[in-house]
Amino acid sequence: MSVALQAEKLNKYFHEPDDFHVLQDISFTVNKGEFVPVIGKSGCGKSTLLYLLSTLDTDYNGKITINDTLVTGKNQNELARFRNEHIGFVFQFHFLLPEFTALENVMLPALKLGKFSKEEIEENAMEKLKQLQMDDFAHKLSGKLSGGQQQRVAIARALINNPAIIMADEPTGNLDSINTGLVFDIFRDLSHNKGITILTVTHDLDFAKNADRAIEMADGRIK
Amino acid sequence: MLVNTLIAKRHLLANKKQTMVAMMGVCFGIAMFILMISFMIGVNQFMEDTMLSSTPDIHIYNDIKTDYTTSIAGDYFKNKNTLVVVHHPKPKQVKLNIKNADGIINNLKKDADISFVSPLLSTQVFYNYGPVQINGYINGVNIMQEAKIFDLANKMTDGTPENLLSADKGIIMGHGLADKLNLGMGDMVTLATPAGTTMRFRVVGLFKIGIGTIDNTRSYVNLANVQQLMGQDRSYITDINIKLRNNKLASPKADEFFKKLGYKSDDWETANASVLAGNIVRDVLTYVVSITLLVVAGFGIYNIMNMTINNKMKDIAILKAQGFAGRDIVQIFLSQSLFIGFFGAIMGEILGFLLAYALSRVPFPHNEFISLKFFPVIFNPAHYLFGMAFGVITPFIAGLMPSLKASRIDPVAILRG
Repeated sequence: MSVALQAEKLNKYFHEPDDFHVLQDISFTVNKGEFVPVIGKSGCGKSTLLYLLSTLDTDYNGKITINDTLVTGKNQNELARFRNEHIGFVFQFHFLLPEFTALENVMLPALKLGKFSKEEIEENAMEKLKQLQMDDFAHKLSGKLSGGQQQRVAIARALINNPAIIMADEPTGNLDSINTGLVFDIFRDLSHNKGITILTVTHDLDFAKNADRAIEMADGRIK
Repeated sequence: MLVNTLIAKRHLLANKKQTMVAMMGVCFGIAMFILMISFMIGVNQFMEDTMLSSTPDIHIYNDIKTDYTTSIAGDYFKNKNTLVVVHHPKPKQVKLNIKNADGIINNLKKDADISFVSPLLSTQVFYNYGPVQINGYINGVNIMQEAKIFDLANKMTDGTPENLLSADKGIIMGHGLADKLNLGMGDMVTLATPAGTTMRFRVVGLFKIGIGTIDNTRSYVNLANVQQLMGQDRSYITDINIKLRNNKLASPKADEFFKKLGYKSDDWETANASVLAGNIVRDVLTYVVSITLLVVAGFGIYNIMNMTINNKMKDIAILKAQGFAGRDIVQIFLSQSLFIGFFGAIMGEILGFLLAYALSRVPFPHNEFISLKFFPVIFNPAHYLFGMAFGVITPFIAGLMPSLKASRIDPVAILRG
């Protein structure tokens, strides 16, 4: 199996309010098509790790390789482009753009990438929504959808550019158990049947138990 | 780029009220600028036109120079080691005419910068009509040249300048003067010079320049009549009026003529320095007020953009996470600001034009010294272009800072909550 993501000796410090060594010598690899939750107590650094891996936070020591590309040391514009093409995001607070419809929210990253025509993108986005059973709500303003529906739209959006890896920060943190189950099934389906790597930070131990394997963190280290 | 525009458009449409308010700010700024500049420049233009209708581009005349430095007394007491002091010397009798006037005029006519030359003999007279006697003056002119310099044909209220040529001893009289004397077309009037000679003229035309002091005192007659009235020969003239092809050349040309001819040469700018100073003051005032209005509009945009960006922190973070670079964020928000500026400016130009047009239709309060029917307003495309440029540059500057701030937002800090 080929490697989707590799972290080597990641170290990260917070300087505010006090100097704090939040990540200590983190090294691990995730293979393509794996569904890996990162678990641990609040403040153990798991979210920090995710933002490092997602290239949004560049203030760290160590090396990160995604999809055989070394992302450490790239400039902000290159990273933005890289994220657009290779990484899909799902967050705890769904973060859809409220002025746009569900369909348009899904389309935006693809329009930004600019690889396909608008018609192709629209078709593709519709397909992703169908995959998540959200096609009935495609033309509704995203602000009008429920939490679970918004999260499914957010997942469709993460998928639109066919990324190698999806990173999720507490994707079920704001959802009831039915929707949590739904999101879990979607993730497992994506990783097992579509070969998409999924790395997700979660509090939800049930969620973690059913995954392929879990990375457990405590006090800035992997247990 | 296209995506960024799409997002910018949605942001603007989602907050229609706020967008409109920001646009109104620019709109009023530009409208006031257009209104003020159209009116102020209109006033300047009116002043300049009035001024030029009474002042030739260059006026050459014989300035009376009284030279008291030499005295015959000095000759008389020569070499006697005596200090000679003469109290209250009187100037000797001088002729005020321009010598060799014909030669000078012929020479001037050859100058390529000059379009018209008009010789003039002016003298003070008393207008007698029955018991009424009014002090004024007459200009003896070659009416065709004089008419061209001051555009008299358009200022006649009765008759035409040509009437002077066909009538023996005709007079074209200022409108106000004719009113005072109760004279109409075809009436006779007697003119008396300070020297005591009199001559009768027939009114063949009335003119109104719009400046009280001229309309109430001046008349035109043929040059020969004045020469005759004054008992002078056919070459006796006191002034030469010149119209240039380009009146901006007046000042250097006047210097040149003074050096060449030795007679005093006044250009219109020197003769009307106070009016031109007034023009400059109005120009400065216009720009100061307009820029102030636009700066205020700029602050309005700055505020609204700042507010929008504070409300959209989450959106900016999510856009960045999805691969929108800092440059894209600047584009999204700056284009909103420019959109507000552009359409605000267009609205402002239209409103400004309508206001300026309305003002140009407002009757000017009646006044016997200036002839002005409506408020003077001019419509110059350059002002509209300038307003447009202002309307785009101000929002650009006002929007740039908030947009740059937005592009520097750290998505991690916001996404983590």
